[in-house]
Amino acid sequence: MSNHVLAINDLRTVFETHAGPIKAVDGVSLTVERGQVLGLVGESGSGKSVTGYSILGLVDAPGKVADGNILFKGEDLRNATPQRLRRIRGKEIAMIFQDPMMTLNPVLRIDTQMIEAVQAHTTSVSRTEALERAEEALAEVGIPSPKERLYSYPHELSGGMRQRVAIATAFINKPDLIIADEPTTALDVTIQSQILSVAQKMCETHGTAMIWITHDLGVVAGLADKIAVMYCGRLVEMGTADQIITDPRHPYTHGLLKSVPGTHKEGERLYQIPGMTPSILALGEECAYSARCSKRSAKCAHAPKREVVFDRYLRCHNPMGTTHD
Amino acid sequence: MLAFFIRRVGQSLFVIITMATLVFFGVNVVGDPVAMLVAPDADQAEIERVIRDFGLDKPIIQQFGLFLKGLTRGDFGNSFIFGEPAIELILDRLPATLELAIGALLLSIVIGLPLGLVAGLFPDHWGSKTIMALSIFGFSLPTFWVGILLIMTFSVSLGWLPSTGRGDTVSVLGLETSLFTLDGLTHLALPALNLALLKISLVIRLTRASVRETMQQDYIKFARAKGLSEFRIVRVHVLKLVLIPIVTVLGLEFGNLIAFSVVTESIFAWPGMGKLLIEAVLQLDRPIIVAYLMLIVVVFVTINLIVDLTYTALDPRVRLGGEKA
Amino acid sequence: MIAKSLNSPLALFLRRFSDNNVAVFAALGLIVIIALAIFAPWITPQNPYDLAQVDILDARLPPGEEAFAGFTFILGSDGAGRDVFSAILYGLRISLSVGVASGLIAMAIGTFIGLIAAFAGGRTDAIIMRIVDLQLSFPAILVALMLVAVLGKGVDKVLIALVVVQWAYYARTVRGTALSERKKEYVEAAQNLGLSAKRVLFFHVAPNCLSPLIVVATIQTAHAIALEATLSFLGLGLPQTEPSLGILIANGYEYMVSGKYWISVFPGLALLCTVFCINLTGDQLRDVLNPRLSK
Repeated sequence: MSNHVLAINDLRTVFETHAGPIKAVDGVSLTVERGQVLGLVGESGSGKSVTGYSILGLVDAPGKVADGNILFKGEDLRNATPQRLRRIRGKEIAMIFQDPMMTLNPVLRIDTQMIEAVQAHTTSVSRTEALERAEEALAEVGIPSPKERLYSYPHELSGGMRQRVAIATAFINKPDLIIADEPTTALDVTIQSQILSVAQKMCETHGTAMIWITHDLGVVAGLADKIAVMYCGRLVEMGTADQIITDPRHPYTHGLLKSVPGTHKEGERLYQIPGMTPSILALGEECAYSARCSKRSAKCAHAPKREVVFDRYLRCHNPMGTTHD
Repeated sequence: MLAFFIRRVGQSLFVIITMATLVFFGVNVVGDPVAMLVAPDADQAEIERVIRDFGLDKPIIQQFGLFLKGLTRGDFGNSFIFGEPAIELILDRLPATLELAIGALLLSIVIGLPLGLVAGLFPDHWGSKTIMALSIFGFSLPTFWVGILLIMTFSVSLGWLPSTGRGDTVSVLGLETSLFTLDGLTHLALPALNLALLKISLVIRLTRASVRETMQQDYIKFARAKGLSEFRIVRVHVLKLVLIPIVTVLGLEFGNLIAFSVVTESIFAWPGMGKLLIEAVLQLDRPIIVAYLMLIVVVFVTINLIVDLTYTALDPRVRLGGEKA
Repeated sequence: MIAKSLNSPLALFLRRFSDNNVAVFAALGLIVIIALAIFAPWITPQNPYDLAQVDILDARLPPGEEAFAGFTFILGSDGAGRDVFSAILYGLRISLSVGVASGLIAMAIGTFIGLIAAFAGGRTDAIIMRIVDLQLSFPAILVALMLVAVLGKGVDKVLIALVVVQWAYYARTVRGTALSERKKEYVEAAQNLGLSAKRVLFFHVAPNCLSPLIVVATIQTAHAIALEATLSFLGLGLPQTEPSLGILIANGYEYMVSGKYWISVFPGLALLCTVFCINLTGDQLRDVLNPRLSK
C-alpha cells in the first residue's frame, strides 16, 4: 500500500462556454504523501484553483471534471456518490479559501458555523461538546479569548482573525488532507506570515497533508515539501521544494523564480516574463509556454509528453541545463 | 441605534411634509377647485359664498398654512358628496383595505417563496424555467382583466365563491375584521388572489435572483466544503440571506398593494378606501382625494421605517453600521 | 478571448438571445403583433369605427356568426355590432402608440436628466436623485391616477401621466451607467483630447448607456401599455373616441355576466399577449445585455 493520501491521475476539468470549451485543467497528475505539504503554483487562470475544487467535486457549472482519476486513500472520488463525497468533505478533506471576508457567512455567528462542521459528520456529538471542540480549535490557531469570539459575527473580526477561524474550522474534524486555496493572498503581508506559520504548525501537530495553492513561489518556498508548477491548465514541472527553488528546469519555473522580489540583486530591475498568458481557448497541441519561451525550438509545436527527467516531473523539450542558465 | 432611529424618523417627517406640499399644490393650483366645488348652474353669489367658505379668497400661502394646520389635526375638510369629515370616511374604509392587502401579501409569500427557491436552486431544470416563464406571465396579466375572469370563472360559472363585497365581520381587539369568519374569508379569497398575482411573480423573481446570487458566494462553497448537506445549506445559510431582500422589498410592496387595491376594489366592489378614492376622483371630491393621499404617504413612510428596523434586526452587518452612524 | 469571425457582437448577441427558445418565440410574436397593428386597415374585415360599415343588427353575435355584410365574426361582435377582431387590431394601434410614445418621451427626458445628474454631481445630483427616489417610491398607478384626476381626460393628459410615471426609471438607469462609464479610460482620453464636456457626454457616454436603456425601455413600455389599459378601464384614461384595448375590455364588462364573454375576454387576451411578449423579450434582453451576468 502506497503512502499517498492523494493521487491525481490525468485530471481534466472543462468549462463549456459560449465561445467553446475551456480546458481549465488539462491532464494534471500529482501525488501527495501523508503529512506532506504540496505547493501548487501558477498565475491566475493557470487552473491551480480549479484543480483544488475538482478534488472535492466543487467545480461550479458550467465546469465539470471530464476525465482522469482522483484517488483519495485508494478510493476514486470521481466515482463517489454525492452522499459519499459529502461525508468526505470537511471530515477527511477540508478546504480553506482565499478571501476570509467571503468564506464566513455574514449573517451567522461563528459558533453556528463551526458547530455545524462538527455535527454534519457526527450527529451524536452534543452541542456542548461541539462548542468545546470549536473553542479548542480556535485557541489552537491562536485566537485570543476564543470563548467570546465564538459568539461574534464574522464582520466583527479582522481579516486575519477570520482566516484563523476558517483554518480552525477546516482542522476541526482532523482531516487527512487540507486544500488551501491562496489563503493568504487577500491579507496584509504581516498577517500573511502569521497565517502561514499557523497553518504549518497545525499540519505538523496533526500530521495533516496539505495542498497550498498560490501564485507566489516565495510563499511556498519555505512551507512546502514539494512544489508543482502549473501553466495554462497543464502541469509543467514538479519536484521537491529544494529542486524547484534551487534548480528549476522548466523555463517557466525559471522565469517565475527570477520574478520573485527579493531574489534579485539590489538596484537591479525585477525580472518580467515577456509576453502574455495565451488564451486557453486558442491553445492547441503546442507547448503553452512556447510563445514566451527563450528556449523555444521547432519541437515545441507539439507539447512534450509528461516525463520524468532529472529525477523530477518535467514537460519541456529544452529544459534549463544548469542552475544559472 | 437610537441616533439611527431618530435620524430615520426625521427623514420620514421630511418626506411627509414634501408630499403634503406636492399634494396641496397639485390639487389646489393645477386643478380649479371652484369648478369642483359648485354646481355648474350655480349663480355668482353662490360661487362667491363657496370661495369665502373654503377660504379660497385668501393668498395661496395662507391657504397652504391652513392646510398644514389642518393636517396636524387630521382635518382635511368635509367630503363634498357625503358631507362628513373626509378623514373619517377614509379611516372607516381602512380596515377593509388592510385586510385585502394583508391577504394578498400572505398569498404572495406562501406561493412565491417556495417557487422562487426551487427556481433559484435548480436554474437549469425545465421546471424552474416553467416557473420563470409563468412569473413573467403573472407580471403581464392585466389585474383588472384577471379580476373579471376570476369572477366569471369562480362566481358566475362555478358558483364557488362570492364575487362582490366583504363578508361578515367580527370584532377582534377593537377592529372590525372579516379575517376570522368563514364568510369573510370566502369573500376575501378572490380579491386577495387578484391583488396578489403581480406580487407572487415579484416574490418568485426576487427569491430566485437572491438565491442564485447567494449560491455563488464563497461561503456557500465553504459550507459545502465543510460537508454540510444541501438541505442544511439552503435552510440555514441561504434562506436567512435571501429573506433580507425579500423582507425589504415586500415591506415596501405592502404600500404598493394598498395603492393597487384601487383597481381590485373597484372590480370586486370591496368596500375599502381604494374604491372610495376612485369614486372621489370620478366625482371630484377633493377632500377625500387629499385625505387619501396623505394617509397613503403616512402609511408608506411608516412602512419604510418598519422595514428599515426589521432589516436591521435581520442583518448583523447593518446593525453595526447603524450604531456607528 | 480570441475573436473568431463568428463572434462579432451582433452574432454573439443573436446566439445568446436564441439560447432561450421561449424568448425567441416571444420576440417573433411581438413582431407579428406590431405588424398586425400597423397593417390593421388592410387586414381587418371592417373598419369598426366607420359607421357605414357597422350594422347595429349584428350586435353581440358570438364568434363564428356571419355578419350582415357577409364576412364572419371570428371573435364575435360587440354591443354596437362591431367586429371584435377588427376592434382589437385598431385598439392595438392605440395601445401600442400610447405605450411607445410615452416610453420615448420619458426616455428622452429621463436620459437627459440622468446624464446631467451623473456629470454635474454634487448638489444637483443629490437633488435630482432625491426626486427620483421619491417618485419611484410611489406606486405608478396612484401617481397616474392623481395626474389624470387633476389634469382631466384626453390622450395628451394620459400621455403626460405615463411619462411622469416612467421618466425616473430612465433617469436612474442612465445615471448609474453614466457614473460607471465616466470612470472608464475612454472618457478620460476623450477629455484629454480637449473635447468639450457636452460632446463627451452626449457622443461618448450616452451611446454606452444604450444597452441598459433598451432593457428598461422594453419593460417600461409593457408597463405603460398595461397602465393605460387599467386607467382606461377605470374610466380615467383615454376617451371613448380613442378605443384602446382597455376601453374595449371595459365596454365588454357589462356583457360578461350575461355570458357574452367574447366582447371582453378577447381584447384582454390581446393585451395579455402583447405585454407578455414584450416582457419575455425584455427579460431575455436583460440577461443577454447585462455584462455582469454573462459568462
